[in-house]
Amino acid sequence: MTHDTTAAAATSPHPVRPAVAARIEAPVTPPGSSRVLWLIVRREVTTRVRSRVFKVMTPLFVVALILGISVDALFTGGTPRLTVGLLTTEAATADALTSAGAASDLDVRAVPVTGIADAERQVRDGTLDAAVTATGRTGLTVIVKHDLDDTSRAVLTAVARQQALDTQITNLGGDPALVNATIAGAGLRVNALDPKDPHTNSRIGLGVITGILIYISLMIFGPAVAQGVIEEKSSRVVELLLATVKPWQLMAGKVVGIGAVALLQLVLYAVVGVTLGVATGVLNLPASIAASSALWSILWFLLGFAIYALLFAAAGALVSRQEDAAGVTTPIIMVIVIPYVIGLATLPGNPHSGLLAVLSVIPVTAPLIMPMLIAAGTAPAWQITLAVLLSLATIAALVRVTGRVYAGAVRHGGSRIRLTEALRAR
Amino acid sequence: MGDGALQIDGLSKRYGDVVALRDMTFDVRAGELFGFVGSNGAGKTTTMRIVLGVLAADAGDVRYDGAPLTIDTRRRIGYMPEERGLYPKMRVGEQLEYLAQLHGMDAHTARIATRVWAERLDIAHRLDDDVQTLSLGNQQRAQLAAALVHDPVVLVLDEPFSGLDPIAVDVMSDVLRERAAAGVPTVFSSHQLDLVERLCDRVGIVAAGSIVAAGTVDELRAGGESILVVDAPGAPAGWADTLPGVLSTSRDATGRTEITLARGADDQPILRAALTTGPVREFAHRRPALSQLFREVVTQQAPAEPPQQQRRRRRAKPIQDTSRPGRHGTSGRNARA
Repeated sequence: MTHDTTAAAATSPHPVRPAVAARIEAPVTPPGSSRVLWLIVRREVTTRVRSRVFKVMTPLFVVALILGISVDALFTGGTPRLTVGLLTTEAATADALTSAGAASDLDVRAVPVTGIADAERQVRDGTLDAAVTATGRTGLTVIVKHDLDDTSRAVLTAVARQQALDTQITNLGGDPALVNATIAGAGLRVNALDPKDPHTNSRIGLGVITGILIYISLMIFGPAVAQGVIEEKSSRVVELLLATVKPWQLMAGKVVGIGAVALLQLVLYAVVGVTLGVATGVLNLPASIAASSALWSILWFLLGFAIYALLFAAAGALVSRQEDAAGVTTPIIMVIVIPYVIGLATLPGNPHSGLLAVLSVIPVTAPLIMPMLIAAGTAPAWQITLAVLLSLATIAALVRVTGRVYAGAVRHGGSRIRLTEALRAR
Repeated sequence: MGDGALQIDGLSKRYGDVVALRDMTFDVRAGELFGFVGSNGAGKTTTMRIVLGVLAADAGDVRYDGAPLTIDTRRRIGYMPEERGLYPKMRVGEQLEYLAQLHGMDAHTARIATRVWAERLDIAHRLDDDVQTLSLGNQQRAQLAAALVHDPVVLVLDEPFSGLDPIAVDVMSDVLRERAAAGVPTVFSSHQLDLVERLCDRVGIVAAGSIVAAGTVDELRAGGESILVVDAPGAPAGWADTLPGVLSTSRDATGRTEITLARGADDQPILRAALTTGPVREFAHRRPALSQLFREVVTQQAPAEPPQQQRRRRRAKPIQDTSRPGRHGTSGRNARA
């Protein structure tokens, strides 16, 4: 028992204060729903963009993309080229070489050399790929450094044979030019009933790249939504926030904010990738096809992000510690990984696969499969429309269900909450 | 009503079979600092969470200025949750500005308010640091700043003093007193009863989900037993035992007699009796501290009775909220309960 007479005396004998007069009129107006949402979205975006992971990974990825495309362009890009040295006496062979090269998609450049010694030197130091030092009845004599690749060998052989043929035609009293023109005119006319897209291989490649990019984005930013929700729960800041904003605003703000950052990153990759790819010829496609499939990819990323992020947000709300995150997010991650693996494994060999067609329409797998098929050019318009509509309907349904789960679960600290409990909670 | 008071009226909440609140009722007037005390699990935090709308009540309402709280009026409440929480990886300043804006301030005002409260709470030098890098004490200050930054018209603080160093306790006390003086009804819970006693205009004691006593500390005292300390060196042992109104007596180390008097008993016969034994050097009432009142009130609740009866009896006691005569709606609430 304490004697505390001083403290007791200090207790104010209930001071009479002019209650009404003392009320404050603070310069505060109730913020509209859109303002609250904007504030939440802005916080999400600034936090993400400022995070070390984002600041390091994004430029690194862009650099990797540029390097990858440049290296690809250096080694395989453009039409292959052959620089051939010709003795001045053989200048007449230059035209034959160029036209034979053109027929085989080989860019042949004929460069005059002053003599055999000069030719050998230039071949040795790499200025020339090959040098023709003699022509005659037995064909061409060619100097190379190590070896002659197959295409160049075929082109040079064709030139040698053409020259031999021309000599024979002339000897028989014919006109080589006329004969050549007649031969060139006789060809094959193929009428394909279902013509193959001339860009099939490039398009499949584009489909694979698209799939990988969307997959990476979803795998980085989807779980980030769950992580963000758990962060708010584990740090208890959610209690402070829910005293002033509604649960759906908090959830929507997080999904939209993180989605915006993901979109920003993906658009950056798409612009860099498509521009460089088309410019360097690595993407052997008309720019319009590349651009339209990039736009489709972004649309499908958005649809996919909406579906998975809503699921991730609701899942995150069920637990209160980051350590428990894996337990609730793994099923969603599997839903992303499985179609991705199937798509990547099936698309290159069988772009018209029936399995892919089915998966491209099912809403939870469509966001990964459909953009691959669109890029590969194997999805008919009706299939794309159906998939978009189904995905939109799924998003609408998920907004309601996941919103309820989130609102029911997010206030509860402590152990993991069962889904049914969260749905029942007020 | 338009009196700027916060009224908690008949809140009930149960979690399954556990009754967390039953008919929790009290009000905090404009300009009043109200101390909310009670054992752990008595229902203080639940009440505060319901006031903030973080939790929904099964029955009852919360009114401010005579009107039920809406999301817009709730925005004007400053809240310090029991479980402290700010974004750990966000800068203190940005976080305070963000919270101020969520509560309805424009960016410019939010920036100024952040600056003002940071200076006041002595965390201005940490505004650009992430919350997680702050010491616990500074995090606590940041938390208080978060409750105050949007210029709230009501303050609801759950254990604002826990974990504070003595200087921070002084700062916190000053701030609370100043806010209350500015007309803000301020309610806070605490286990530091001496602090509550020193600081609060009125105190509400909570047990088992409802208010069992409320009023100024003096009013609470008036209803309880009182202790007389009498220093009569010539008095024989047991001199006061049979006097009217005496519940028990004891001698302390210095030979003074401590007499526990029944509620409302007259002390004058005791003085007369003491004088007959010889000189009386000291004759004083010892004012029981709030902590003592608290123990009395709470232990009286302990008997295992059906809760319904227990509450009826409690209501009959004179110490029950003597400061609120003729409170409206009392009969209606009883009927509902």
